[in-house]
Amino acid sequence: MSQNVLDDSRSVETTKKAIPKLIAVWIVTSLIGSLLVWFVLGPHLPPGTMTDQAAGAQFDIKFVSTLVPPVLFFIWIFFGYSLVKWRVRPGEDPLAPAADFRGNSKTQGAWYIITTVLVLFLAAFGTYFLVVPAGAGGGEGPNPIWTPNTKNMLQVQVIAQQWRFTYRWPQFGGMETTSIYLPVNTEIQFNVTSLDVIHDFWAYQLGVKADANPDVNNVAFTKTQQLGRFTVRCDELCGVWHGAMYNYGYVVSQAQFQQWATQMEAQNAAVTKLLPKYATTYTPSYAGNGGGYYPPQDPNANL
Amino acid sequence: MAIDYSKATGTGSSSGAPGGGGGGLLKPSIITGIIGGVIGWLLGHWIGNSFTQGYQQVQGSGSNDIAEFLGYFGMIIGWFAGLGALNYPIKKLFGVEPEAEEPVTEKGWGKYFRYTLDHKTVGVQYLFGMLIYFFTAGLLALAIRTELLSPTYHIWSPDTYIEIVGEHGTMMMMMMTSVVLGPFGNYVVPLMIGSKRVAFPRLEALSFWFTPISYFILLSGLWQGGFQSGWTGYAPLSVQQGVGQDTYILGFGLQGLSMVCASTNIVATIINYRAPGMSWSRLPVMGWSMLSLGFTMILSIPVLIDGLYVLGLDRTAQTSLLYSGHGGSSFLWENLFWFFGHPEVYLLAIPGFGLVAEIIPVFARKPIFAYKTSAAGFIGLAILSFFVWQHHLFQSGMNPDMRPLFMLTTELISIPTGFIYLVGMGTLWRARIRLTTPMLFMLGVYFNFLFGGLTGVYVSDVPINVTVHGSFFVMAHFHYTIMGGVIFAFFGAIYYWTPLVTGYQLSEKLGKIHFWTMIVFFNSTFLPLFAVGALGMPRRVFEYAHRLQFLNQWVSVSAYLLGASLLFFTVTFIWQIAVTRKPTVRNPWGSRSLEWFVESYPPPAYNFKRVPVVLSWPYEYGDPNALPVADIVNETKDLDPVGRA
Repeated sequence: MSQNVLDDSRSVETTKKAIPKLIAVWIVTSLIGSLLVWFVLGPHLPPGTMTDQAAGAQFDIKFVSTLVPPVLFFIWIFFGYSLVKWRVRPGEDPLAPAADFRGNSKTQGAWYIITTVLVLFLAAFGTYFLVVPAGAGGGEGPNPIWTPNTKNMLQVQVIAQQWRFTYRWPQFGGMETTSIYLPVNTEIQFNVTSLDVIHDFWAYQLGVKADANPDVNNVAFTKTQQLGRFTVRCDELCGVWHGAMYNYGYVVSQAQFQQWATQMEAQNAAVTKLLPKYATTYTPSYAGNGGGYYPPQDPNANL
Repeated sequence: MAIDYSKATGTGSSSGAPGGGGGGLLKPSIITGIIGGVIGWLLGHWIGNSFTQGYQQVQGSGSNDIAEFLGYFGMIIGWFAGLGALNYPIKKLFGVEPEAEEPVTEKGWGKYFRYTLDHKTVGVQYLFGMLIYFFTAGLLALAIRTELLSPTYHIWSPDTYIEIVGEHGTMMMMMMTSVVLGPFGNYVVPLMIGSKRVAFPRLEALSFWFTPISYFILLSGLWQGGFQSGWTGYAPLSVQQGVGQDTYILGFGLQGLSMVCASTNIVATIINYRAPGMSWSRLPVMGWSMLSLGFTMILSIPVLIDGLYVLGLDRTAQTSLLYSGHGGSSFLWENLFWFFGHPEVYLLAIPGFGLVAEIIPVFARKPIFAYKTSAAGFIGLAILSFFVWQHHLFQSGMNPDMRPLFMLTTELISIPTGFIYLVGMGTLWRARIRLTTPMLFMLGVYFNFLFGGLTGVYVSDVPINVTVHGSFFVMAHFHYTIMGGVIFAFFGAIYYWTPLVTGYQLSEKLGKIHFWTMIVFFNSTFLPLFAVGALGMPRRVFEYAHRLQFLNQWVSVSAYLLGASLLFFTVTFIWQIAVTRKPTVRNPWGSRSLEWFVESYPPPAYNFKRVPVVLSWPYEYGDPNALPVADIVNETKDLDPVGRA
């Protein structure tokens, strides 16, 4: 151990006295910070509350954000105190040895245990809120394992292609639309697929995100609970017009939805007849424009 | 431990090294390399066209990808032949004994433009190479921010914009992986461990000379229509693209080979070339970080190269390994890419942490706190980084049953990351802190990485990931960890080791101006992007919601100011090492680490007159009675920058 006699500011006694004060400052600032996050910022956090899944995501973001101030202030207060208190003062020999210790088993042990517990808790928290809200709005692939309790779901197929989304409605004669309306208070199953490259269906306010892969059905669930407009954006880079691949959708009352869907079904009847039979995926072709949405007739189907 | 005591073999040069003797313009150098590259390209392209005539064609581009690839292969061979890198292996191949040994004593600037086997020269080549690559990709970032000044008005056409995005991302990710290993791993680590040389000087030199051609090939994509797939290169988009995509494959692949060469050399050097007494428990933490980095590179980069090979086959030989419609799967690329891609981000973080843990004790005048924990942290990061890759694919459409597992492994990686904070905080406790420029940069890493680390919890949580995946939130997160982490550490290391590398002292005042402007504008650039992403703006788009315009403009203006700060660094750095050239004192920071106890700054050829015997741990700052770090330390002169006993 060192023979060096430390000045008062670096002595064990002085620093021990400071620790309770530092902890008090940390608790107060963390409490204020966390309360502000929970009550002031929390209700405005994304992605809103338009669906069950969006509200769930908002709760998760709010909860994790509430844990941020204690960590942030712990580090800031520690660094701030150290830098102010133990900075070399004018006239002091900057190269003189400071305290001579290489570790502290109690501190290290506490650090390992606290970080491990915190991390395991966060993983458990994330898993619970992934499983309970039916996959939390994320794409679960063709065989979802976390599904809603009801079988009474509105099926919406999202077909992505360079560079737009279209929607097919198997419960409305397999019609295909360029716009999307959803009924409120309804469980919805999105079947997301692509006709060419990988895209991603991100319905921001619905709390839904699922990659659109060619030849793959990526299923995501959500339950609408508020009326309003939502944005759909492509969220995987898909080429030159990726930045312009977006449209808007609406959550409307169930009656308005029925009216819209019936009207669209009638309006599109002639086109629907020309479409391939509804399927969860369509085989793409990379030589034709827009992919091989129509395999039997596709001149490029055998390429 | 392998020690060379004889001068003949224990030196930095080996037989057949180009650069000795006369020869004027035809002496192997970067010029002959370029000539060789041009000839090689023409030859390769001609061969490709001659035997694949009528072989059609990369989709939509009207060009023959086989000829493109063979052109590049010819260019690479020509480049290395021109550099003289092939002389030695070819001579050996034909049983010709190469000429006598040439010491690494070439004076002047010429050696920096040659294939040379001295690890210090390679380190300097890497330093300037990395700065050029970083600033090129940084300028591309400013081009992106210029486009995003307006949600609707376009400076660039959509295709130019997306090409710039891809070039910026790819160049930063592939080049910056070597930003610490290249300059400081190669230059300083052999000195730190008391070695006269590195284990594989040819591999080391090769690793550097892969980078200029990789840089050139990648940039050349800009005038070949670019690639629209970003740095992630997702198939089938990357299969669909024109010839610009080939520059991505070749550029990335070459940089991958460079990293494999560099990491093999550093791992072998640290394991085998430590001086007597430099036991594992005395190895500087920088050495531990380089060792963890090296192993991670050796294990992860081949997977990237394999993926690029598959992609290249799909593009040239018309296989359909990544085409879903023809029996392949686009998930194959996603998995291969991210199996490399996630270790990759730790390849960027680990060396930054290594620098931080190495430099902080010098300015705290205290032993590093929890030395073994810091080494365990690097090793833990390296191992865990192989088990988290699917967190990039939570929404991808793969079967979901592995999601909780990958969420858990991703959360677990916070534990070894947290070790770095424990080490730093413990070292600062009751310390004697000097806020020099290098120290400020290291403290800056802690400040920045905190935001990067905390937001990492958001992106690893699957339910939150549904909102933030692929948005500017993720983009801000990884810029905080990479630029806020390793790039800050890199600049700190430049200020720290420039006196050793050049013999010149850098101004503290100018350094501090650089630090404060850089950290303020860095945070001003990237902090608002968390909000931008959480409010719904995806990455890599050129149109966005009007309500996000103010935030985007704020970010763009901050980015210009950040660019100005880096320009300030460039000008003042070059000015100080080329014009004012203020000689440094010995051991200016009062470090105990072995690299400062060489005879002169810059260190002489072969580093040490004799192999030093290491006597104590390099971090004994708290014990005035500790033995000097090695027997070569002249206690009256070396331990103190002002020569006090």
